[in-house]
Amino acid sequence: MTGYLVRRTGQMVLTLFLIITFTFFLVQAQPGDYASFYVLNPDLPPEVKDQIRAAFGLDKPAWQQYLIHLKNTLTGNLGVSFGNFPRPVLDVLAERVPRTLVLFLTATAVSFYIGFFLGKAIAWRRGGLFEYGATISGAMLFTAFTPAFALMMIWVFAFRLGWFPVGKFLDPLVWRGADVSANYVFGNMLLSAAAFITFALLVMLFLKRFGRRVPSVVALPILLGGALVIVVAWTLSGIGGLALDIVKHMVLPVATLTLISFAGTMLLTRNSMLETIREDYVMAARAKGLPDKQVRDRHAARNAMLPIVTSLVYSLIFAIDGSVIIESVFSWPGTGLTLLEAVRSEDLPLVMGAMLFIGTLSLLAHVIVDVLYVYLDPRIRYQ
Amino acid sequence: MTTPVPVGPIPTPEFEVELGRGRVRFVLARLRLMWRSFRSGWGIFMESRMGRLSLFTIVAFALMAAAHPILMAFVWDPATYDPVTGYSFDQVEQPAPPSWKHPLGTDPLGRDVLSQLLYSTRSEFVLGITAALVTVGIATFVGAVAAYYGRLLDAFFMRLADLIIALPAISLLIVLSALFHLNLFYLALIIGVLGGFGGTAIILKSQALSIKVKPFIEAARVAGGGDFHIIFVHIIPHLLPLALLYMMFTVTSAIFAEAVLSFLGLLDLRMSWGIMIHTANTGGYLLGGTRYWWLIVPAGASITLLCSAFYLAGRALDEVVNPRLRRRND
Repeated sequence: MTGYLVRRTGQMVLTLFLIITFTFFLVQAQPGDYASFYVLNPDLPPEVKDQIRAAFGLDKPAWQQYLIHLKNTLTGNLGVSFGNFPRPVLDVLAERVPRTLVLFLTATAVSFYIGFFLGKAIAWRRGGLFEYGATISGAMLFTAFTPAFALMMIWVFAFRLGWFPVGKFLDPLVWRGADVSANYVFGNMLLSAAAFITFALLVMLFLKRFGRRVPSVVALPILLGGALVIVVAWTLSGIGGLALDIVKHMVLPVATLTLISFAGTMLLTRNSMLETIREDYVMAARAKGLPDKQVRDRHAARNAMLPIVTSLVYSLIFAIDGSVIIESVFSWPGTGLTLLEAVRSEDLPLVMGAMLFIGTLSLLAHVIVDVLYVYLDPRIRYQ
Repeated sequence: MTTPVPVGPIPTPEFEVELGRGRVRFVLARLRLMWRSFRSGWGIFMESRMGRLSLFTIVAFALMAAAHPILMAFVWDPATYDPVTGYSFDQVEQPAPPSWKHPLGTDPLGRDVLSQLLYSTRSEFVLGITAALVTVGIATFVGAVAAYYGRLLDAFFMRLADLIIALPAISLLIVLSALFHLNLFYLALIIGVLGGFGGTAIILKSQALSIKVKPFIEAARVAGGGDFHIIFVHIIPHLLPLALLYMMFTVTSAIFAEAVLSFLGLLDLRMSWGIMIHTANTGGYLLGGTRYWWLIVPAGASITLLCSAFYLAGRALDEVVNPRLRRRND
């Protein structure tokens, strides 16, 4: 397992290096360079133009530029964003990355859970109106034109019903006069969410030692109590209103991203379940007289999960792409919107920085899924 | 099946004629076999409700695409109905609601929405099918070669595929659109190449691996077939059903990618469904909700319908290719 982990991480680092190389030469391949914006000014004498080019390091041959670029990237110097002029790219990204991560992780977790649950159910009850409806609506959501769908969500829930704000990250009216920054509040929100998840996992682990099944009568009050403690702590801290404002802005994008990405998991679970149901051990479990639900959840669904985990890579990548679109429609200031704005204003250092982050995120997701697969399927571990 | 190959230094004319006839008979037998398997596959495809529904939708869109040039040539006046440069002079206010003259109304710039919709259908088909052909061409070849030769070639192509899978395609296309002018052809080519060297290659390779160990491959090798012959005559034909299936999925993703990029205003196209929504959105008509429905519903519904039609066609084909997915009572 450790050897596999090391090998897989090594591969990831190599791939990341390839991505950096690829983006660098892509930028090299396009006509013009960073300096052309200044050099095109007709008032500048030729010497000044040469000076500007030299200041950017553009007088050096391409391979030397590449080495400098590589060194800078590895030391965390991603350059200065043209669009947000004096701020370095890394600073801009550090502000935006947590926002994308929250959007992406929440939506992925929820959509995977819902997709798996529904897929399991429709495969078990084959051929009803429910299956037909779920497949059709799943395919519709899966192939729905994401921007149009997101705009429709905004129109219905934000504009017509007025339940949620139309877009953006926060409401300036609420934040006027606040003496803390949005990132401080958001960081603390992330910390409390992480604390709650750790707490929940610990409770689950602890309860598992008492029996095979977690008695939900015991677990639920403890978890609710933990959640209550966090809510009370936020209310007393004085910045609870600000946090609530961010949460309000978060609900609609997360819900939209969840809706468009759960269908893939659902359809796949259905197919995988249909293949597993025909296996002999499912028949054996039924013949033993086990309850229907237990056969479905413990015998069929567990084994049907393997191909789904394999294709989790696809759905994660789909969700990353989806979050770029969702961010642009909801004006959610994450990495996706940053990438898009940088592309529109030809802010190349920021484009490369954002792409580097998105590439790293997807590679990381890929590695995690691979490791998860090895954990779930012992046959691979012992090869 | 095969005819005896003539022995001797110079084949007599009779032999040549006989050989020719044998070839013809062989090809005919093969065609008949293909026709039969096509018919049984067609039966299974049409039996599923998804298959019929998707085929109907695709044919309807194809008819729409075919209708546009005919309407432009015989019925519609180009000055009013051209999808890009036309202008409807009759209305005073420009996003005009549907009327007899403009069945789907006009857009904020006074152009006929129905004409735009039909015109775009054709380019969506061209884009989708080009991308799918490129994908399947590359993926079938790469999959067959990687499975047949194995070792270094296999490792190289599979690592490449892993790398491409790990890259989010829309984000990559957004970056590419910043650097180059993407038109329909380049977009189709890029999507095709990404798909062909990416996930589709892995799936076709694993299929090719299971074909490679079948007895008829060994028989072909014993009969003296070369690598090239075995790959092209014995492996690739068996990959084609699965390749056709993945063509459907590529069409879906190509149309989707085009629509998203056009919606974000990053493509260099004349007109497309994504651009129609982009025009409505940048004009601020979308939050008008149902008041300006003809600006978003036709284009949005077309994207969803055509994408899901190709997706469902793929699903129905999946049941043809993969018998384990069929219902138990079949």
